[in-house]
Amino acid sequence: MKAKAFKGGVHPEGHKEVTQRLSIVGSKLPERVVIPMQQHIGAPCEPLVEVGDEVKVGQKIGDTEAFVSAPIHASISGKVTAIEPYNHPTGAKVKSVIIEADGNDEWSQEVKPPGKSVEEMEPKEILNIIREAGIVGMGGAAFPAHVKLSPPPEKMIDTLILNGAECEPHLTADHRTMIEDPEGVVFGLKAMMKVLGVENGIIGIEENKPDAIKTMQEMAEKESNIIVVPLPTMYPQGAEKMLIEAINGRQVPSGGLPMDVGVVNQNVGTSRAIAQAIREGKPLIERPLTVTGAGINTPANLMVRVGTIVEEIIEQCNGMRDDACKVIIGGPMMGMAQPELDIPALKGTSGILVLTESEISYSEINSCIRCAKCVDVCPINLIPSFLGRAGEKGQVEVAEEYHALDCIECGCCTYVCPASRPLTQWIKIIKAEIMAQKKQ
Amino acid sequence: MNSKLVVSSSPHLRTPETITSIMIDVIIALFPVALASVLIFGYYALVTIVVGVLAAMVTEAVLKMKTDIMSDGSAAVTGLLLALTLPPNAPLWIPAVGSACAILIAKHFFGGVGNNIFNPALVGRAILVMSWGTLMVGGSDFWPVPGVLNFSRNVAGADVETAATPLEAEIVAMGTGWQELLVGNVTGSLGETSAIAILIGAFWLFYKGHIDWRIPGGYIGTVFILGMLLGDGFYMDSVLMTGVFHVLAGGVMLGAFFMATDMVTSPVTPLGRLLFGVGCGVITMIIRLYGAYPEGVTFAILLMNAVTPIIDRYTVPKKFGEVKS
Ligand code: SF4
Ligand code: SF4
Repeated sequence: MKAKAFKGGVHPEGHKEVTQRLSIVGSKLPERVVIPMQQHIGAPCEPLVEVGDEVKVGQKIGDTEAFVSAPIHASISGKVTAIEPYNHPTGAKVKSVIIEADGNDEWSQEVKPPGKSVEEMEPKEILNIIREAGIVGMGGAAFPAHVKLSPPPEKMIDTLILNGAECEPHLTADHRTMIEDPEGVVFGLKAMMKVLGVENGIIGIEENKPDAIKTMQEMAEKESNIIVVPLPTMYPQGAEKMLIEAINGRQVPSGGLPMDVGVVNQNVGTSRAIAQAIREGKPLIERPLTVTGAGINTPANLMVRVGTIVEEIIEQCNGMRDDACKVIIGGPMMGMAQPELDIPALKGTSGILVLTESEISYSEINSCIRCAKCVDVCPINLIPSFLGRAGEKGQVEVAEEYHALDCIECGCCTYVCPASRPLTQWIKIIKAEIMAQKKQ
Repeated sequence: MNSKLVVSSSPHLRTPETITSIMIDVIIALFPVALASVLIFGYYALVTIVVGVLAAMVTEAVLKMKTDIMSDGSAAVTGLLLALTLPPNAPLWIPAVGSACAILIAKHFFGGVGNNIFNPALVGRAILVMSWGTLMVGGSDFWPVPGVLNFSRNVAGADVETAATPLEAEIVAMGTGWQELLVGNVTGSLGETSAIAILIGAFWLFYKGHIDWRIPGGYIGTVFILGMLLGDGFYMDSVLMTGVFHVLAGGVMLGAFFMATDMVTSPVTPLGRLLFGVGCGVITMIIRLYGAYPEGVTFAILLMNAVTPIIDRYTVPKKFGEVKS
């Protein structure tokens, strides 16, 4: 099966050769972690511990009654020294549980294998394990996994797609996960298929990762209902709308969700985390991430405990070069530039990217020359030049008329604009204004 | 070091392309066209081009009150394009005045690069045609320099009597074959005669992604089809060749690849670009076949420039996942 290319998209330089052959190595055990009670889309958790409590690895320390949320666990053993608002990669201050390590790295009694195989479990049981393990989408958006796996009964789901596109330049953590634990990825996929009762499992991987395609194919061949689909290398191939269209030709309706076209999708890393939760009872307390960019001295793929401070992670990679000037959480197309490095790595942190002076552009904003390059690359078929101008001038109605709310903020339009117009930024701002007006 | 961290909104990568790099690509693309004009019409063509380009650049620099004469390169492109639409024997003040008008009236009165509605080079040309018409149709008196590119000048089945329009009469009077139209060894404006040179340049723009097929395809396709349907098969007694004739003769090739495709003054939507090309073709053929001027490319494109905002408005593409209602 060959996927068809979606319309639009861009080809930024991949830079993946820097880290794609580096195995994921365990990072140094942090002496202190900062664990925010909000690491996911949905309701924040309430702390279940108090200052002074001793906690063990994998112990649940935050939870909530709300359905759209995911519990949070201690990622090291030690003592809770504070519960207070702390810097967060989103720029806000978020209530966080701060734990000082005792150095024993002792696991909680709560973490244990369920004692039965997936075959023996009911879908509900599996779903509960996924929720209790605090699994969220690890591709970046951090949407609670159990919520995606609980579509309303009227939605007929027939396909589960695993996203191994990893279309953001620089990042290779998903790539390494597929190479190093293909068995885990497929195990998680099968478990999720059982939860949803679907017969089709599809793993989509960009063609720039032939070794991952081969490895996953070998694993999928053992299963009758799982296939691997190579995808054209094109940003944003991993955006869920683009991914689903490429794989089975279905267009997620405007304003809709993948489940409206019978699809649930999850990231490959998420699938592996689900496998570990089911087999070992292990909650999401660590994740692989890529530390890379020309500004980092020793790029690496690290397995990092959730809550480790980004500055320490960078130091483990021998620090930043003198000309480093921008630190991004996530990839270069959609990630967030950070004003400071005293922030924790979260469940959804897929990479830490350090760019140098020569890689960032300061060019001034020019008038739109109507070259239509932004129109041609927009995967959603919008007219970014008009939207950008509406955003720049604060014209809410115009922006709405030209479908600002459909923008997926992929950044292709800004990337390609020869007039250096920050289109995506303007569109994000006007989108927020439209939403605010709608709420009134 | 942390105090120096740059914070900006995503994406954090940018294409190396800039307005200037695009303008340089257009100049590169026009190089074969300019070269052909010098080969065909002699060194005076070169002088005309240099005057046109310099006049545009100087006018822009003066208006912007900057000493940087290159600026973003867009003025040089305008001057070059204007010069290439001039007859080979125009006095040198013609390119100078034309370029100055193009930059001043068509570009800066509208607010500078990106804000103009009409293609500046064509506005410059239109002003020249309306003000000094006799100097602008000097083409038919001026023959290509003999001996540079030699082709036999006879063509079966074409005769002046049956040629119905001024353009046809002009070309047919000289007994021009299609091979010569292709190479450009005919009378006409400096940069309009050599279809091959224009195609080479256009290929560069395609390759660099600065133009797509819709505008030139719509334009040339329409001229070809209307030429076949309405051209009475006057050329070589062949309906097909009459279509070819209308594409190769006059300013259609230069207009379709370099004027109509001007980014600022053409639609941004894909369907809009196609309609724009078709519209240019239709108007060009109406002027050619039924109008008073021998050639209609300039006014066709200017008219379509005027309706570009309307075209954009009514050709907004269907967004991804649009729910049919
Ligand atoms: S308008 Fe939105 S969806 Fe379209 S290219 Fe720009 S950021 Fe991407
Ligand atoms: S890419 Fe930039 S210059 Fe070109 S049409 Fe879009 S906004 Fe205008």
